[in-house]
Amino acid sequence: MTPSKKKPAENLIRNRVPEEMPSRKISWLERRLGPDNYRLVRNLVRTPASIIGFILITFFILIAVFAPLIAPPLPNKDPYIIPRDGFSMQPRPMMSEWKKNPPPLPVWWEPVMKTDQWVHIMGTTSGQYDIFYGIVWGTRVAFFAGLVITLSVFLIGLAIGVISAFYGGVVDILLMRIVDIFMTLPFLMAALIFAAVLIPKLGRTILPAVIALIAFSWMPYARLIRGDILTVKEREYVTAARVIGVRKSAIMFKHILPNAIFPTLVYATMDIGSYVLSFAALIFLGVGTDMGYSDWGQLLSFSRNWITALDRYWYIVVWPGIALILYCLAWNLVGDALRDALDPRMRGAK
Amino acid sequence: MVNYIIRRVLLIPVLLVGVSFIIFGMLQFMSPSERVTLYLREVPRSEAQVNAVIHRYGLDQPIYVQYWNWLVGTVDPITGERVGGVLRGDFGWSRVAIQPVADTIAHRFPATAELAIWAFAPIILVGIWLGIQAAVHHNQLIDQIARVFSIIGYSFPTFVFGLLMLMLFYVKLGWFAPGRVTEWAATVISSPGFHTYTKMITFDALLNGRIDIFWDALKHLVLPIMTLSYLNWALLLRVTRSAMLESMRQDYITTARSKGIPEQWVIFKHALPNALIPVATVAGFMVITLLNGVVITENIFAFPGIGSQAAAAASQLDVVTVLGYALFSGAILIFANLLVDVLYAVIDPRVRLS
Repeated sequence: MTPSKKKPAENLIRNRVPEEMPSRKISWLERRLGPDNYRLVRNLVRTPASIIGFILITFFILIAVFAPLIAPPLPNKDPYIIPRDGFSMQPRPMMSEWKKNPPPLPVWWEPVMKTDQWVHIMGTTSGQYDIFYGIVWGTRVAFFAGLVITLSVFLIGLAIGVISAFYGGVVDILLMRIVDIFMTLPFLMAALIFAAVLIPKLGRTILPAVIALIAFSWMPYARLIRGDILTVKEREYVTAARVIGVRKSAIMFKHILPNAIFPTLVYATMDIGSYVLSFAALIFLGVGTDMGYSDWGQLLSFSRNWITALDRYWYIVVWPGIALILYCLAWNLVGDALRDALDPRMRGAK
Repeated sequence: MVNYIIRRVLLIPVLLVGVSFIIFGMLQFMSPSERVTLYLREVPRSEAQVNAVIHRYGLDQPIYVQYWNWLVGTVDPITGERVGGVLRGDFGWSRVAIQPVADTIAHRFPATAELAIWAFAPIILVGIWLGIQAAVHHNQLIDQIARVFSIIGYSFPTFVFGLLMLMLFYVKLGWFAPGRVTEWAATVISSPGFHTYTKMITFDALLNGRIDIFWDALKHLVLPIMTLSYLNWALLLRVTRSAMLESMRQDYITTARSKGIPEQWVIFKHALPNALIPVATVAGFMVITLLNGVVITENIFAFPGIGSQAAAAASQLDVVTVLGYALFSGAILIFANLLVDVLYAVIDPRVRLS
């Protein structure tokens, strides 16, 4: 090899690795989170869509947390039961005065509304349930239902998936056939029956609908986790762990699971919105809470008595509808952003 | 491929038995006195009478005996008549419809089938077309609009959409009404001069040569079809778009373009067939979303199909009726899935040849 031929290569290497790295300003956040997590966070808030999603979720969280301040409940009453202004069947329009038994005024009321009278900001439903109150407290119900359902289906799916992949063989075949069978049932129909069966046992609360949705939603997670475990199982570091004699259960829980669990977790986040939609649909169809419970689906179901007068009573549909759409939109936007940020093909892309 | 289909067909009985297990299992959450409603056709007069019925139909016996009885029915010791038995087509007595569940299914299913048949083509064709447009105009205005539509459509609850449709097109504009036909058409249909062939009004009207009734029935289908469609469009658009983008990136597309083939030809002859494989999977799921959507959509538009009946029964806690419907739609799903799998084998040579 002559020196003349060697030189360009040397130059190339020199150019590639400069003696001094150009100094980049490292923000406080990056220092705290480390480069990988920082990149994740930065990717998460990269598109306008995801920023809107995060703002919406924060907004809903604030409403849920400060519900007692935004719409104070009647003293010594269950706050989730919407206070009523009389019993008249006719819905009342927005900004009409609250005549009978109004709840205490919230702190923000007088400076904003310039009056010391409670008014129905968003009108009332038939039976005089205040829509504004129902939407504010319904936010808590939406978070409860969404998070409980998502967490439960994730854990059930995790358990089934791990057992299936860990034992393999007959157990695996059996469990996966059970998954197939559960997937054969039409989801909403099955949830309707299960909720209807549970209501005499549990009463008209949100629980029957929540349990019914959990019972028929866990299957995709079991499949996903099982599949991911089987993929990770083939990696070399798992073989290495097996070679040095790590116990089978330790391999599963310490080596495989942490690497297999993540995609499913992301999947679960993306589904929170659709669970809340299904939940609201079940309540809307009448297998759930009693009339007057502060749930968005419950509020919407009032509109069914007024189909022919929906142009006059549009506020019964529009306000709870907007709450539901925005809530679901928020989770879908965040879910999309999360998927894009975690997708390895997106890494390093500008 | 024949092997593949045979294997799928052999799985059907397993799935059906499994589904019956789940449904029977849910039934066990009810106490014997609640389950008696499966067999009762009239209101019992005393508790002793209820207990007698419970005993007669073996609702206090071990669970496997009960399952067998539920499947094949029990012999009434007094009349010697066989009563109940899902396998015999006896799903019990529907409290809501005041007739046997099997009869309500036979009575109401044609309406749902009609709705599904009319909805299927627009859903698939428009959904795929939107996806192609979005992918072909990647990152242009059409693509952005399509993506916004997709994510909003995906977040839009069916029942809110349906109510808004009613508000606009029924109450405000008066173009389309809920229900299945207008009253005058219903009178004609039930008159002896009108022959019933399929119980699907649009087709029957055509077969009877009554274009006016056909239009009337079709006008009543517009809102439910739109409500069923938008969500599926949002889903299909997404899948088709990403599948098309993936397939437009392939080398053979560049090859086709460099040969000077017109762009339309490249898109529809070269890129689309491969992109349709994942789309077919989603179109299979669509049967499920359609069955789910039918429950809510029919309920809102007062469309007398199995979905609205199931919802009404569930809200009145008439479990027996919903069980019958679930078993029935479960069976439909199993066969729809089989059909999708076969279709899959037809369009994907890798499945066909393996």
